[in-house]
Amino acid sequence: MKHVKTLNTRDYKKSMKTGGCGECQTSCQSACKTSCTVGNQSCENKNR
Amino acid sequence: MVHQYKSHGFNIVLDVESGAVHIVDDVVYDLIPHMEDKEALSISEASALTGNKYSDTDLEEAINEINELRDSGALYSKDIYESYVDNFTKTKAKDPVVKAMCLHIAHDCNLRCRYCFAEEGEYHGRKALMTYEVGKQALDYLMDHSGNRVNLEVDFFGGEPTMNFDVVKKLVEYGRSQEEKRNKKFRFTLTTNGVLLDDEILDFANKEMGNLVLSIDGRKEVNDRMRPTANGKGSYDIILPKFKKAAGSRNQTNYYVRGTYTHYNTDFANDVIHLNDLGFEQISVEPVVCDPKEDYALKESDLPVLLEQYDILADEVIKRRKNGKYINFFHFMIDLTGGPCIAKRLSGCGSGGEYLSVTPWGDIYPCHQFVGEEKFLMGNVFDGIVNKDIPMEFAGCNVYTKPECRECFAKFYCSGGCAANSYHATGSLNGNYTFGCELQRKRIECAIMIKAALAGNEDFADKKESESIAAD
Repeated sequence: MKHVKTLNTRDYKKSMKTGGCGECQTSCQSACKTSCTVGNQSCENKNR
Repeated sequence: MVHQYKSHGFNIVLDVESGAVHIVDDVVYDLIPHMEDKEALSISEASALTGNKYSDTDLEEAINEINELRDSGALYSKDIYESYVDNFTKTKAKDPVVKAMCLHIAHDCNLRCRYCFAEEGEYHGRKALMTYEVGKQALDYLMDHSGNRVNLEVDFFGGEPTMNFDVVKKLVEYGRSQEEKRNKKFRFTLTTNGVLLDDEILDFANKEMGNLVLSIDGRKEVNDRMRPTANGKGSYDIILPKFKKAAGSRNQTNYYVRGTYTHYNTDFANDVIHLNDLGFEQISVEPVVCDPKEDYALKESDLPVLLEQYDILADEVIKRRKNGKYINFFHFMIDLTGGPCIAKRLSGCGSGGEYLSVTPWGDIYPCHQFVGEEKFLMGNVFDGIVNKDIPMEFAGCNVYTKPECRECFAKFYCSGGCAANSYHATGSLNGNYTFGCELQRKRIECAIMIKAALAGNEDFADKKESESIAAD
């Protein structure tokens, strides 16, 4: 496209089929720990 | 929902429900708000809607490209996840699995940090050290209730866990001894203020801890104001050499120096930069969350300054990385391609369910932030969960049960935020700590902008952002 550059992202809709395995890390967001957004975590589902 | 914003010369468009991120030029940026319900926009209409400042050719191309994005499911996507996440969380609540545990190894501390939510480690209670027997039972509880999850996280937390380090070592040894026979893999994290961090502890941590969290607030005067020792002196000079050694010994990865900023250092970008100038590459500096009556509490009037600080910091991160100096600021980390599935994004932090905190005497709370609040006492590691209403209440929370989250572009990145912050700010797990939300949204905008700015521009193949999450 000439006017749009799209960054590579994970398609949430597709992840409905393969997601939810729960092997990823938890995502505490309190300020007393190295809190994070969920968005910075890596998926650990090898079959995604 | 579409969220669009301008940052550092980029026009950024987030298609919230698909997760797509587009960097667009001005004509597309200006047209996007007008085309959600209108595919067949004429050139004359488009021109009028955008102030008659673009050529017909540009408008035609832009309209076509916007419709192309729409057709490919990367723009104007609808929210289709509410019933999915509802089913997902209900199923999880019926068959709860625990996969992460925060072990309060020591309710005692050798620093007197003014903002400590744990009240110098005592959590509204008494000084106490966890015994090996309690810790072992906690690990057994975790393994027994982890279903078929392989990866288990355990954070040695406090107070200051190095004040009870023999127990930490024995628990790690016990955990490792169980891994093969139970098909589990422990990821241990140690969170420390560094005062007792000697070679013996560091060697052990480097061998066994997947992540090491080193608490320091930044510049000496900033750190020492809020993080004094028991005799009132600053801790900076005590901990800094130890932290430098620790970071170096871990090859600048799988650790974080982490600090807290307060009303006294609203120019916190300087603290992050200071830490990077000292040689630290993995840095997290976060807003204090406390009683608004405290003198160091962040105030509404601080907000514009804080938001600007994230912009300043984002600029500096880009500049340094383009110039070959690595810096990873934790809150600017975002994994666009390999990030979590939608179920994870929607179902929250897991507190009170897959994540639990255990006190030195074995009591279980939904997370460390609720420890000492009797209303949230769930049970203990010997008898299990006694108050079964609490996990149900936490499991019932997600971005769709929080009215303010439903309409927020950041919902799939923050997952509804911190349950404890929500509760302490509003009295409800489904409330919103709005001050924190403002900062969160800004951090996400900066994080995505940095991705755009550095796309194809970096050569840090040997550098890895520490993906381990402290303590969760």
